[in-house]
Amino acid sequence: MNWENVSQFLHMGGYGFYVWGSFGLSFALLALELLLLSVRRRTLLKRLGQIQRLNTP
Amino acid sequence: MSTINWYKYASPASFYGLAGKMIPGFAALSGILFIVGLYIGFFVAPTDAQQGEAYRIIFIHVPAAWMSMFIYVIMAIYAGIGLAFNTRLSSMMAQALAPTGALFCSIALFTGAFWGKPMWGAWWVWDARLTSQLILFFLYIGFISLQAAIDDPKRSDRAGALIALVGVVNVPIIYFSVKWWNTLHQGASINLTRAPSMAHTMLAGMLIMALACWMYAIAVTLYRVRLVILERERHSTWVAQLLKDMK
Amino acid sequence: MTIVMWVLKRDLLLAMRRKSDVLTTLFFFVIMVSLFPLGVGPEPQLLKAMGPGVLWVAALLASMLSLGRLFAADHGDGTLEQMLLCPESLALIVLAKTAVHWIASELPLVLMAPLLGLQFGLSGDALWVLALSLLLGTPVLSLVGAIGASLTLGLRGGGVLVSLLVLPLYIPVLIFGAGAVDANASGLGAGGHLSLLGALLVLALLATPKAAAAALRISLE
Repeated sequence: MNWENVSQFLHMGGYGFYVWGSFGLSFALLALELLLLSVRRRTLLKRLGQIQRLNTP
Repeated sequence: MSTINWYKYASPASFYGLAGKMIPGFAALSGILFIVGLYIGFFVAPTDAQQGEAYRIIFIHVPAAWMSMFIYVIMAIYAGIGLAFNTRLSSMMAQALAPTGALFCSIALFTGAFWGKPMWGAWWVWDARLTSQLILFFLYIGFISLQAAIDDPKRSDRAGALIALVGVVNVPIIYFSVKWWNTLHQGASINLTRAPSMAHTMLAGMLIMALACWMYAIAVTLYRVRLVILERERHSTWVAQLLKDMK
Repeated sequence: MTIVMWVLKRDLLLAMRRKSDVLTTLFFFVIMVSLFPLGVGPEPQLLKAMGPGVLWVAALLASMLSLGRLFAADHGDGTLEQMLLCPESLALIVLAKTAVHWIASELPLVLMAPLLGLQFGLSGDALWVLALSLLLGTPVLSLVGAIGASLTLGLRGGGVLVSLLVLPLYIPVLIFGAGAVDANASGLGAGGHLSLLGALLVLALLATPKAAAAALRISLE
């Protein structure tokens, strides 16, 4: 085991900001991509639904 | 022996369904691999003698850099197949891959900065690898903005394919020239090797993280290609049927 | 071959008639280069170190800005579509058009560059190397640029888009071109750089006309 307690784990031997900054930002970006994709899907389905309603009287 | 009719899945309509079935599997696999990879990266891999804990950035930086290059090549292959054989689905795959590739490219860039700051003392160093990564990012941006600027899907697919192929041919030339430039202008960069003593656990952690990123990329690309298919085929009867079934 | 000769003659004639186009690109280059000393200060040592890079980057930008003219006029009046239909190889026609484009908008820059190099305090030797590197490098810019110009033909915002497509591809030329002058200044000799530029030129001559022709077909179909 590398870490004795949580604060040591977060401290990362003095490099906490850099290590957690890179991992945090990386996963935040991946999450953002997923979020944007689901928003895109929702708006697309909504738009297609509207078009269909207009086409079927 | 039963043979699967693969050509069936080359049509966007049936691929839409197939992709939908494949996404959860890849997403779950990616999640598990991320957890295992992070566990190895933070709890199993020992502290590095030279770089201390800062080296742990390697577990996201290198996989992201690998993925950004790998996705560019795969994207160019799909685009090339689309151009040569006029298969719409492969062009759509190329289009769906590009944003994820650009995302991994930007992750590699800023994790490189986060690593460079404590190691080199500067957020950005004109190191050959970082510079090539930046140029790869520009190539992604070029591909994406060209496709976005063309309204006609057929022209957009083919123009994108051509610029992706030109890019893929140029990547080795660019990499070679940047390396050449870097060796001539020594002094700016201390040649820091990626991992001074690559322990087996470090390598294992890196590979598992790379696999996790790969599975993530597949899941997200399939998700995005489904949206592209829906957009492109919105006038077809199967999309109309699909929308009716959804209600 | 006759059609290629005809394209060469016609484009040369058109370029001669539109002298203002040539001058605009040239003056853009001159102004661009003159801005740098104003921006970074007149320190001779600094300017001498920056000179080759500044001249090369300015040449890159000037070349990129002139790309819009490569096919635009022929696209506008429908000549380009006729060219697509003619039996002669489209790649050869593209090559001829690119050659004339280079003569009209880049050769003047190559001739002007040593004069501007003097402003940056480059030595006589360095000026020769600079001119030679530009002579070898700028045709590559035109050839690669032809692909970008044909892909963005008729698109809205094509001018900015072409820069995104083409500038990353220009980087090797920039590195070897500016590097040649640097290597000469540091006493390493510019031979290696210049031969690499020559190799890039040969590669570009072999590969890009076909790619640009394919791009034209994509854009006009």
